[in-house]
Amino acid sequence: MTRAQKTALVVLGVVTLASLAAGWLSTSSYSEQFRDAISAPPSSRFPLGTDELGRDRFARLLYGTRISLLLAPAAALLSTLIAALLGGSAGYLGGRWERMVTSGIDLFLSLPWLFLLLAVRALLPLNTSPFTSVLITFLLLGCLGWATPARIIRAGTRTLVHADYLVQARASGVAPARLFWQHLLPNLRPILLAQFWVSVPVFILSEANLGLLGLGVSEPLPSWGAMLRELENYTAVLQNPWMLTPAILLVVVVSLLQLLLRTEDPIPC
Amino acid sequence: MLRTLLALALAAAPAVTVARAAGELRFTLRSDPKTFNPLLVEEEPSETIRYLTGGVLIRLNRYTQELEGELASKWKVSENGRRIDFELRRNLQFSDGTPFTCEDVAFTVRQLMDPALHSPTGDAFRSAPGEVETKCTGPASAMARFPGPVAALAAQFDQVAVLSAHSAHKEAAVLGPFVVADYKPGSYVLLRRNPNYWKRDANGRQLPYLDSIRLEIQQNRELELLRFRRGELDIVNRLDPEMYDRLSKDLPHSVVDAGPSLDMELVFFNQVSSAPLPDYKRRWFRSTEFRRAISEAIHRDDLVRIVYRGHARPAVGPVSAANHFWLNAALKPPVYEPSGTLARLQRDGFHRAGDSLVDRDGHKVEFSMISNAGNKLHERMLALIQQDLAKLGIQLNVVTLDFPSLIERISRSFNYESVLMALTNVGLDPNDQMNIWLSSAANHQWNPNQKAPETPWEAEIDKLMQAQTASQDANKRKGYFDKVQQIVSEQAPMIFLVNPDALSAVSANLKNVTPALLHPQIFWNAERLSVGTGLVSQK
Repeated sequence: MTRAQKTALVVLGVVTLASLAAGWLSTSSYSEQFRDAISAPPSSRFPLGTDELGRDRFARLLYGTRISLLLAPAAALLSTLIAALLGGSAGYLGGRWERMVTSGIDLFLSLPWLFLLLAVRALLPLNTSPFTSVLITFLLLGCLGWATPARIIRAGTRTLVHADYLVQARASGVAPARLFWQHLLPNLRPILLAQFWVSVPVFILSEANLGLLGLGVSEPLPSWGAMLRELENYTAVLQNPWMLTPAILLVVVVSLLQLLLRTEDPIPC
Repeated sequence: MLRTLLALALAAAPAVTVARAAGELRFTLRSDPKTFNPLLVEEEPSETIRYLTGGVLIRLNRYTQELEGELASKWKVSENGRRIDFELRRNLQFSDGTPFTCEDVAFTVRQLMDPALHSPTGDAFRSAPGEVETKCTGPASAMARFPGPVAALAAQFDQVAVLSAHSAHKEAAVLGPFVVADYKPGSYVLLRRNPNYWKRDANGRQLPYLDSIRLEIQQNRELELLRFRRGELDIVNRLDPEMYDRLSKDLPHSVVDAGPSLDMELVFFNQVSSAPLPDYKRRWFRSTEFRRAISEAIHRDDLVRIVYRGHARPAVGPVSAANHFWLNAALKPPVYEPSGTLARLQRDGFHRAGDSLVDRDGHKVEFSMISNAGNKLHERMLALIQQDLAKLGIQLNVVTLDFPSLIERISRSFNYESVLMALTNVGLDPNDQMNIWLSSAANHQWNPNQKAPETPWEAEIDKLMQAQTASQDANKRKGYFDKVQQIVSEQAPMIFLVNPDALSAVSANLKNVTPALLHPQIFWNAERLSVGTGLVSQK
């Protein structure tokens, strides 16, 4: 592990610990409205000021980090696993299965998923707690986000299957399972990791956009996505630059995660 | 985010010289007009064009809220609101030169009531089955007799633009101040002054003062605001409070707060007998004390101050303070008082158990409130209401849905508990609210389509609304409708929260602006508006 990676690990650890210790670090609840201090600038009472309903931005950022930092990677992991299973098996086995999976990917990418999401929200019970609602949102994102990574993983697998060392291993009589676990999977790791880390910020932003459809994190629960929606008001952002904190934190966390998981292994192509 | 980027990109773009003709007014339509036929209008862009181009027999003055003769110099309503006689102005011409005669009035009324045309404007006149009788009663007079009494008959003609019976141009021949000159779908509608418009100002100069009006089709509010700042637009209608405050910081003399509009924000509970609700929840929602307690627990002043940034008024009932004549001035908005609210709930068998409120059977008081997704004002209102109710131990689950799902739940499946929504009122007369207050009506939202009134107070409202619609005496009608407002205030079937102000922005370039409370607030006197003369080049 390089010095930069160690630094990244420490910073990520601090961010994660801070989010888990939100109850101790912030003096206010994420939902409490201080109606006498709406849109207040940063102060000792409110280190990042308050939002338009008088809620402590610092408290909301910490609790929002907890939700986004745990659930977005979980959804990314789910989508990458599905993609790896389908794309990897299609590339490895080839033939009819590959054609079926490829057609499935094309079909999946062409479907209007927005309507499915709307239908799902309409079917959910109305008295769903905010936390259940956010879990369902990220579960849906995980289940729907596999198609693009699957296509890339299939192509990567297909290239690997025809690589000289795998042809040689196959000719030497290595069993298919061993071939897969010991020779193919380790070489697919860079692609899988890349797909995983690309998905994390995408899911965080998707959650913010889903809020417009009534999915996503519901009031009063905070999330990075919900806080990023405030940036639509660019005049307010120019006047209150501390509103950019969630965006900066998102960029920092994603960059550090990529740095931490950088590998010397070349990505096969 | 995309909107922000677009706005930033536009702001950073090099200055482009935009030349426009002298005497041209510019503002936006949110979408393309669906029709140019004035009798088929049912959405705002088409209504704007009808207002600017259509000549009507009687006009509701948006400023004084009084009826004024336009194409009709006099009128008389008789036969208990079934018949109206018009005395018409003489020697007027349509925009294409066709003379205006009594036959045009008769033709328009027949078209309006033609079942084959399905005119939405005509709906207000179809109070009973049967055919309309209309004819010329003299060289410059006409009459119309409707199959049943029509409430506020004269006022309904404010929406009826007269068509030509003889012009080859059909509905393109108009009697209003402007005429449609060009239309590029998705881009703009260009209106030019009607050379044959009949009105003149006090000095005898023919109106309108403007040469043209360019209605840009623009959905994006941020871009609309940006273009207004750059001087490319003269009016921004229906500003939201956030935009209003932003603009007022940079261009304080351009913003107009005309006061409370006719619109209202309200909450209601599901009281439908067949709704898929547990019995104990239906009991809560049907309890007057419960509904009034919820109404009193909502801090309306905070909704006004925080959500509307002061640009709204706490609502009293179904009539806005903007409606001077019909408002029951004796009513006051509910007073926010959590301790009194709790006492009211206790009288109804509710009590506190720890942090929660429970009913007499021990059920924790928890319910959902739905609203339309993407509406920031509603989302903020819901968050405030959630905290207000939490102070009483009530758990409110906020759910935002796409609009079709919301309508499906409140109008068809009745699978909801409570809803926060906006009610847009266009008319001043109580008859415009008949479809809300009659228990048999489909828009009697909390419990629609009742075969017979399910509660004594709904029966009383039915009786009063029918009495007011049958009467032609305005004072008697007001007495009946005052009583309706009082019953609504006592029973709280709908909890009225706020009346948002009518907010607009007007360029300093535009003259003779007299903002009114009623729509269209800024250009209601379009024929008297004028802009700076000479070729205007702006960067």
